[in-house]
Amino acid sequence: MTALEAGLLGQLLLLVLAVAAALLTPTRWRSRVSGTVCTLLATAGVVTGAIALSGGTGSLTIPTALPLDPLVLSPDKLGGLVMIVVSAVGALAALFGIGSARVASASRTAWLSMAVFLFGMQLVPAATDVVSFLLLWEIMTLGSTALLLAHHATRGTVASALVWYSAMSQLSFFFVLAGFAMLAGLAGGTGFDLLATVDPFSWQASVAFLLLLLGFGGKAELVPLHVWVPRVLPEAPGHVAAAMSGAMVNIGVYGALLVFVRMLPNGPAWWGVLIMALGGVSALYGILQASVASNLKVLLAYSTTENMGLVFLGLGASVLLRADNATAAADAALVAALLLMLSHAAFKSTLFLGAGAVARAAGEMNLDRLGGLGSRMPWTAGAFGAAAMGAAALPVTSGFVAEWMLLQALIHGSRVDGEVVSVAASVAMPLAVAVIALTAGLALLTFVKAYGIAFLARPRSPQAEQAREVPVIMRIPLVIGALLVVGLGLLPGPLAVAIGGAVGPEFTPDVRIIGLAGVDARGIDAVLDPTTFVVLAGLLLAPVLIAVFVSARRHPTRISPLPWAGGGSRLRPRMQYTATSYAEPLVRVFDDVLRPSRDVEVTHVGESRYLVERVHVEQTVSDVVETRLYRPVLNLLQRFGILARRAQNGSIHRYLSYSFVALLSVLIVVSL
Amino acid sequence: MTGAAAIVIALVQLTLFVFLAPVLIGVIRQVRARLEGRAGSGIWQPWRDVRKLLTKNPVRAADSSWMLAAGPVTLLVSSLLLCALLPLVGTLPLPLIPSDLFVIVSVMLIGVVALALVGLDAGTAFGGMGSSRHMTVAALVEPTLLLAVYALSIPAGTSTLSLIVETRLATPAVIISPVSLLAMVALAIAIMAETSRLPVDNPSTHLELTMLHEAMVLEASGRDLAWLELGSWLKLAALLGLLSNLIVPWGIATEFSALGVIVGAGTVTVKILLLGVLLSVGEVFLAKARLFRVPELLAGSFALALLAVTASYLVA
Repeated sequence: MTALEAGLLGQLLLLVLAVAAALLTPTRWRSRVSGTVCTLLATAGVVTGAIALSGGTGSLTIPTALPLDPLVLSPDKLGGLVMIVVSAVGALAALFGIGSARVASASRTAWLSMAVFLFGMQLVPAATDVVSFLLLWEIMTLGSTALLLAHHATRGTVASALVWYSAMSQLSFFFVLAGFAMLAGLAGGTGFDLLATVDPFSWQASVAFLLLLLGFGGKAELVPLHVWVPRVLPEAPGHVAAAMSGAMVNIGVYGALLVFVRMLPNGPAWWGVLIMALGGVSALYGILQASVASNLKVLLAYSTTENMGLVFLGLGASVLLRADNATAAADAALVAALLLMLSHAAFKSTLFLGAGAVARAAGEMNLDRLGGLGSRMPWTAGAFGAAAMGAAALPVTSGFVAEWMLLQALIHGSRVDGEVVSVAASVAMPLAVAVIALTAGLALLTFVKAYGIAFLARPRSPQAEQAREVPVIMRIPLVIGALLVVGLGLLPGPLAVAIGGAVGPEFTPDVRIIGLAGVDARGIDAVLDPTTFVVLAGLLLAPVLIAVFVSARRHPTRISPLPWAGGGSRLRPRMQYTATSYAEPLVRVFDDVLRPSRDVEVTHVGESRYLVERVHVEQTVSDVVETRLYRPVLNLLQRFGILARRAQNGSIHRYLSYSFVALLSVLIVVSL
Repeated sequence: MTGAAAIVIALVQLTLFVFLAPVLIGVIRQVRARLEGRAGSGIWQPWRDVRKLLTKNPVRAADSSWMLAAGPVTLLVSSLLLCALLPLVGTLPLPLIPSDLFVIVSVMLIGVVALALVGLDAGTAFGGMGSSRHMTVAALVEPTLLLAVYALSIPAGTSTLSLIVETRLATPAVIISPVSLLAMVALAIAIMAETSRLPVDNPSTHLELTMLHEAMVLEASGRDLAWLELGSWLKLAALLGLLSNLIVPWGIATEFSALGVIVGAGTVTVKILLLGVLLSVGEVFLAKARLFRVPELLAGSFALALLAVTASYLVA
């Protein structure tokens, strides 16, 4: 038995152990025992992934009683990389769950489905054929659905969110199934290596491409299949949301990688254009909705759509440039997409865990009622701040490195040796740069708002005022996550080299390590060494800090309750800017896209037109995709339902006549 | 060897700009005062202000966090990084950290974010207002900035600034090509918006409805305010330096020699002071745009930048 086989078998055994732990341990110990076993299960995934990434081979065969081939699990290097990412996030989430799971989220069902969810998720990248891929995919989906269902008891809104989630995940399952079926019919088998023999320029391949793009895009929360995200994630507790938004979306990306890297790597150029358009629209729409959201979890959920949009933008650029023979830039774009996926997993899981910590401490997710948490919860604030920097792509976090790489690939993509590669590329690349830039700018605003409103200034409600730091067991995953965000940003060289190895042999990005751990992308002639950068910043910081300390010794700081108070005298916490007011200029600028509905109600004092007693303002920003695309369809369905109700009025005569008509029609059909 | 030379040039740039930035602001204010018929306070006043602020006790609100102290220092360091990385006096790249424009834009954004967080941390309505408007403008400037970068990078085939400047020095025809001109106009508008100048923001106003930058620094005092001011001035000086070196690259040191460095330092000083005077004269004739007209201005500059990039394909 090879190390890889042992790792896969270990995960299976740990799943059994986790199920037993969830079912058998008493309530008092359940979270601790189950959480620990789930963490171990996910850690086994990390180890197995690392073995696969470093070139380990082996396979685990699970026979089935069905008339199918046995399930064969054998992750390749790419699968290993994705397995590491999703399992690492799963481990952090499970560790956080030990401390944070309470009442409903600490029930038997919850921990059982958590284990099943993690297991399915981290083994999807190990599948080698369509059947086992889809089976594990469904295990993952069912696990997450049951996990959300476990909260049904405590909150009413969960039910409707769950209906959306199930419907959308089954829809994307259908697309994936249909797409794979198309390819399998053409290839004459279900093994991934067989599917790779399909000619990408046949029309069947293009149909399969469209179906698979929709299916995997749906899992990756892309527009227009994202509608479940802002409903479901706010209902999920922090650690569940972290596992779903930080890890599960990566399975969608993995699916897309499977198609565009392993099976159909040399598709036509229009595929790339289509993927880029889908990704670009998702990125812009996601970040625009995130920037105006006031609920912290809704904000984070929409930001996932943005980041996945950027990942697909990178993938699409890679497909397009490869079709145009700009191979070096295409490879760099692929590496950038994977770097984005990695960094997103790190910062988004940390952000959701931070949101979970805030929810526990303040019992409030509405940013308009938070504030001043920085001094009350310093650990959470620090971790959330580092992750927010990653999400805003500021140096020297992992998000920055990934976005830098993507931009470099794009600006070097439209020309090879000074020659324009194609018209499509020379239009698509500048537009993509503009989309990324606007996205990055809005992300900056979004995360300044999220951090600044929640953690700085004065508390806007009594709950926020009384918030206390979360227990140590919850701080540990937060700190690990924050360290990962910064650490991955400092080591782009080794990361890019590992990714370059994982996407081979079809793709061979020319990336090397330069300096301590910097990245040197030879193909596109770009160099970045964050370590040197940090050293330089440190050198510049030193004299400033000396000046600060000298000045502080001579002229100490005075603390005053409200020193300047913006020139006023009766300054109350409610007079501070809130998340809603912070995004107000943006809502105005993007009025046409966001379509906010605003209700202003003024109550006057007595008869006076000039004295105001109370002003009530209500603003809601709805999801345009939902109201314009899904509502009409749902209304149509509902109308059919109402029509069908008329046929069922309870009259026995009518039912007898139905059977009579049915019998008649059968006789007629038989006689024909 | 080039590494050591680059470090020396970076040091020269740092010292020169730390000295020069307040003088530049002094010149801008003085020219403006004269044109408006006032006596003005002299070009050394910003230096006197900084010295005065450093000897005051900063007063901070009881509810404010460490951000009020760390934010100003972060802004200052980000501006210092700009001065060290940009090709101002010489084009020799520092080892392992070339003056990549994307990196430079994100270094600048660190300062933007630090300032916005300082504004929020004060816990007053003004701070939040300034911070919100500042970030909105920053978000909308970003596409213009990066597209202008893209357009400039095409003739040189790289986004490394020192190479772009060297290319312009070697083939001056590039400078007056339509692509470059469009990109420079777009870049200039973006820089005006980034550095809170007219018509996006009025640097000398304290009228509540029009404040952007000033609203954020209202609650800062003592050395906090000194760092914020110095950081913003340095950013303006460095970006004007970049702009002038892109328009008129002559004089910049491409190889290391004592004379070259002195000439480089002298020319860049003259260039940014001239640009400062131009800026000041221009501002006398400009009124601040309404906040909700600013997106239109930025959309216009974005169109220019996009035109610059697409034109480069038609020309090539």
